[in-house]
Amino acid sequence: MADASIFAVLMDGIFLKNFLVVQFLGLCSFVGVTKDVKSASGMSGAVIFVITMSAFVSYFLYTYILLPLRLEYLTTIAFIIVIAALVQLVEFIVRKFMPPLYRSLGIYLPLISTNCAVLGAVLLNVMNEYDFIQSVTFGIAAGLGYTVAMLIMASIRERSNVLYVPKAVGRGVTYAFFIALIMSMSFANYFKVIPL
Amino acid sequence: MIVAADVMPVLINTVSVLVGLCIAVGAMLVIASKVFKVETNPLVDEVASLLPGANCGGCGFAGCAACAEAIVLKGAPINSCPVGGFDVAKLIGAVLGQEAVESEPAYPFVRCQGGNVNCTTLYDYEGVEGCKAALMICDSRKGCTYGCVGLGTCVRACQFGALSMGENGFPVVNKAFCTGCGNCIAACPNGVLTFARDSEKVHVLCRSHDKGKDVKAVCEVGCIGCKKCEKECPAGAIKVGEFLAEIDQEKCTACGACVAICPQKAIELR
Repeated sequence: MADASIFAVLMDGIFLKNFLVVQFLGLCSFVGVTKDVKSASGMSGAVIFVITMSAFVSYFLYTYILLPLRLEYLTTIAFIIVIAALVQLVEFIVRKFMPPLYRSLGIYLPLISTNCAVLGAVLLNVMNEYDFIQSVTFGIAAGLGYTVAMLIMASIRERSNVLYVPKAVGRGVTYAFFIALIMSMSFANYFKVIPL
Repeated sequence: MIVAADVMPVLINTVSVLVGLCIAVGAMLVIASKVFKVETNPLVDEVASLLPGANCGGCGFAGCAACAEAIVLKGAPINSCPVGGFDVAKLIGAVLGQEAVESEPAYPFVRCQGGNVNCTTLYDYEGVEGCKAALMICDSRKGCTYGCVGLGTCVRACQFGALSMGENGFPVVNKAFCTGCGNCIAACPNGVLTFARDSEKVHVLCRSHDKGKDVKAVCEVGCIGCKKCEKECPAGAIKVGEFLAEIDQEKCTACGACVAICPQKAIELR
């Protein structure tokens, strides 16, 4: 696994192991912030930034501090501290420079710190024994995969506001789960039918 | 067997790494919070906390926070919030040191009484629910192109549950719930809903600018522009233009002469 090419890592993160619809990590914002494309893309931008930075920082933390001191058992808690701090940093930046986005994201912005997609990405980096380049690539790929799934979901939900939806399917969250089901099936099976 | 001598270095390492990490992260956040500090006027927060927080947009600003900002910083009137009304204006006035003036609340008023009974229906509509969607396909499902389409776009636009679709096929306003935010008025594609104050007693219940003959063909209670009310009105408050009577509410004395003379019963005295 450790000698996987960068392209393979990238494809892994975006499609094969898409965090939202294949691994089911970070689903809270997948349903919560996808009512319109604008806030979905804002959220995705924040997540890309946080995952990439976390992958970056956590690699150094793990390789140069935790591993030499044989403190591997601290991985989770140390990564959580790093992620929480980065999310806080993003919140400062968004509130300063994009107040409307800050208001529309609401509680979901601080919730990135408890978003398991971020922690999942950095822990998978450690588990797969990725080197520095691979770690950062996987971080970016995870963020991009998140963005792809979020944008598809938000587009479908926004578009379906003006379409006829059977009453049995309902609107809002129920409907979102139906979309998530179909998206998940297509993502999970597409690359089995057509190998990359 | 675990010996204390084996455990101690691990313990020390653990504690020092975590403490070091937390201090580093904390220092970074302190610096960041200074660099990215957002200056806010404390008055804005105070006014925002007084507003209802429904973010309905009835004031014309993008939500309650934006309304508070406009009141404090840009000199918008303290009674900008139609939902909070006089009570909220008084509280905001107390914060900003201004005197609140009571204004009479205005409610949406349905200026059409065509509905299912009086107005012809051309076809059954089974597409996307909503008047705007129906009007995209064809002029109107009703015989009259000016009147209420009757598919309830205004009812869904109301966040406060003050509108309902009446039995006759046009909306009914429940003033107990209505906050006067105006969302329904903005939502109606035909402009059937307008604001009306309780002190305004006489209203023309029609929007049709069609000629009298065309109106009569489709609606039993539409204004045909016969000008009888215009001649009858002692105060000269009614003007008929483009085959539709309009009442000047400032001149109207609510005598009811026009209501009695109207052959179509299109004028109402409340």
